Amino acid sequence: MEKVGVCDEFVNLKATELRLGLPGTEDVCQEEKEMVSCGKINKRALPETEKEIESTGKTETASPPKAQIIGWPPVRSFRKNSIQAKKNESEGQGMYVKVSMDGAPYLRKIDLTVYKQYPELMKSLENMFKFSVGEYFEREGYKGSDFVPTYEDKDGDWMLVGDVPWEMFVSSCKRLRIMKGSEVKGLGCGV
Amino acid sequence: MSEDESPPLDLRPEPPCSSSSAVDSTPNKSRNCISSSTASQTFPDHVLENVLENVLQFLDSRCDRNAASLVCKLWWKVEALTRSEVFIGNCYALSPARLTQRFKRVKSLVLKGKPRFADFNLMPPDWGANFAPWVSTMAKAYPWLEKVDLKRIFVTDDDLALVAESFPGFKELILVCCEGFGTSGIAIVANKCRKLKVLDLIESEVTDDEVDWISCFPEDVTCLESLAFDCVEAPINFKALEGLVGRSPFLKKLRLNRFVSLEELHRLLLGAPQLTSLGTGSFSHDNEAHHQSEQEPDYAAAFLACKSVVCLSGFRELMPEYLPAIFPVCANLTSLNFSYANISPDMFKPIIHKCHKLQVFWALDSICDEGLQAVAATCKELRELRIFPFDPREDSEGPVSELGLQAISEGCRKLESILYFCQRMTNAAVIAMSENCPELTVFRLCIMGRHRPDHVTGKPMDEGFGAIVKNCKKLTRLAVSGLLTDQAFRYMGEYGKLIRTLSVAFAGDSDMALRHVLEGCPRLQKLEIRDSPFGDVALRSGMHRYYNMRFVWMSACSLSKGCCKDVARAMPNLVVEVIGSDDDDDNRDYVETLYMYRSLDGPRKDAPKFPLLREKAPCISDRSCSEVEQAWVCLQYQRRYSSLEPLRGGTGGVKAISNYGLVLEGMRRAKARGFSDVSH
Repeated sequence: MEKVGVCDEFVNLKATELRLGLPGTEDVCQEEKEMVSCGKINKRALPETEKEIESTGKTETASPPKAQIIGWPPVRSFRKNSIQAKKNESEGQGMYVKVSMDGAPYLRKIDLTVYKQYPELMKSLENMFKFSVGEYFEREGYKGSDFVPTYEDKDGDWMLVGDVPWEMFVSSCKRLRIMKGSEVKGLGCGV
Repeated sequence: MSEDESPPLDLRPEPPCSSSSAVDSTPNKSRNCISSSTASQTFPDHVLENVLENVLQFLDSRCDRNAASLVCKLWWKVEALTRSEVFIGNCYALSPARLTQRFKRVKSLVLKGKPRFADFNLMPPDWGANFAPWVSTMAKAYPWLEKVDLKRIFVTDDDLALVAESFPGFKELILVCCEGFGTSGIAIVANKCRKLKVLDLIESEVTDDEVDWISCFPEDVTCLESLAFDCVEAPINFKALEGLVGRSPFLKKLRLNRFVSLEELHRLLLGAPQLTSLGTGSFSHDNEAHHQSEQEPDYAAAFLACKSVVCLSGFRELMPEYLPAIFPVCANLTSLNFSYANISPDMFKPIIHKCHKLQVFWALDSICDEGLQAVAATCKELRELRIFPFDPREDSEGPVSELGLQAISEGCRKLESILYFCQRMTNAAVIAMSENCPELTVFRLCIMGRHRPDHVTGKPMDEGFGAIVKNCKKLTRLAVSGLLTDQAFRYMGEYGKLIRTLSVAFAGDSDMALRHVLEGCPRLQKLEIRDSPFGDVALRSGMHRYYNMRFVWMSACSLSKGCCKDVARAMPNLVVEVIGSDDDDDNRDYVETLYMYRSLDGPRKDAPKFPLLREKAPCISDRSCSEVEQAWVCLQYQRRYSSLEPLRGGTGGVKAISNYGLVLEGMRRAKARGFSDVSH
């Protein structure tokens, strides 16, 4: 029986998909987790009809891997995910942090190490969530927009994005949250 | 019961059988054949019931209890009163109401839900296996419930709250591969179950509700003996944990999650030297603490103080340079789990060389063949080995191969159970294992690249697996992989007489392969097959077996809906679930997944809304419930005894000893009603 390649099933769900690639790249869901989260019964390529699917946006020098068959090899997701996280670290594959925006229904994940400085990060967030962040002032924070990018650092404190040097930010940021302006009172430029 | 004793009275249940003449001809001479109408009202019944109760309460094994319950109705009744732990291998095999109707004094429930292939995303997420109907029924029927052990069950926070509220004496909660709940549910259990001894969350998905559940344990001294939360992916309040451990004098097993750092582990160990089983958490630094502290804690000293630790796991974010800290406990270890630690052979060998008593060892393939050779050289007491892939993809580099397997087979002669992921394997190594390790009961080999032959000879892996089923006479569980023809299955059918669980993926050439197994393996209980060319002919060939199996799973095979319907119609006590094929597919008749299982209560009512094929055969409504139950019971009964050597006379297939005369009675009745011997 001719089975369509996995990628075609998810064209309509692109707007809501969660993935680990660079934002804005044209790539295809390959992670099993994401397939399951789309809520549909998994269709998988039969061995005879499997197609070569390109790798995700992660930088890879190797040739595109074969299409991964769902559930094969039979390793539980929990184990796969635990080891995957470690692989990413060991291969220097980046620092993934969750990004949420007040009012948006879905979380995204981004790799902080692909950005060199704050402006790049801001631009990417703006593209991802379709908002604009305004201008950053050292004393007054962000002006010109209702939305303010904040992050949670290693101590659990919520800080304004841009207050600390970039390298310090990358190493201490645990997750990002784009707050609606009204909630930002109290977030000064203190550390 | 000694063989010389004979049962005092005829306790034939009503209605009195016209086949009482058949009873007279049993070899038991001292039997009194009184008709039941007098027997049921006489005083000796009452006495016997008490006597039986006092005897049967000591029966632990559920196989023995199942057999005892089939002797006659009185024994059934008394056994039901005295069974305190109930094991249900498939939560849909019966309804909760049936459980509580039969067993009145249950203190412990072990319940299993989804089939194993659900772990690999082969089942839709909302398929079922909900705990809710079970807990709500038991809340009313068993207020004295003490233990719940669930595997692959969907448990909600509300369910956990109901457990905490309904069972004041609740002692043990074990959740393995479960999901649907979060830290808020755990918090309720921690808080309300004052007699809690065991809280084990194992490989379960626990949502982070940002609740400080550790702080929810009551302030006074606890009864905790085991606390395992290594799968909880949420930070915990360490101070609260330290306090909890400090006021849990009976705590023997503690499994920390990866949010507990090495420094914190150190502090816990100093406060809990009585631990026997330890999950070490991350086994890495909390960066801030590390920079701030002037001197490094003496980790080795902390481990040295834990003289009782025999089981070690964790190492979730291992910093290998700290591994030597565990040296002091290595010599005592019987169980070591490195399966989350990416250790190289060089780091691994110094550790394993100290672990002479090791019986259970789990690791990643990063230890390579070299590491396995070290295991083989040192761990002569090894019973169970599991090697997981660091890179679980089909086309990854496999650092372990037939060399590792060969070495283990030569060094670890007492091996009983093995799970081995690899990319390269040879028949020779598998044959060697079959010859060197006669105690093997579980052999699971996963050659990750599909259809891979013996990489030296280029031949299929038939001979290797054939040798396993032939030489390992105690084998009960088998998982196959690599390039396999029908020949491999011919071997399984011919030699695999004790196999209970069989896992097949991407194997076989034709229907004959599955037929060999269904016709040749009388003990088969759990059959899971994926992506193999088995079709309708094969499915039909197993119909004599399906009532005696817990389940059959076949996905991405060559089955048609029509055949599945036929099977469902022919077998009224079988629930046939067809999952996954959308109606607007090109091929409407194709069955993507078949999951079928026996059930006393017919198709379930909580199935999700995707196409589901459930056939309730018309004849079942004509039968009374108890008749169905008896029919089921008789089948079970047959299964138990049919494997013994048949003797002359008697009913055949039963070792006829005088005190089993009553047992023969049941068999005769079953045969009279047309139930034939099963499965051969």
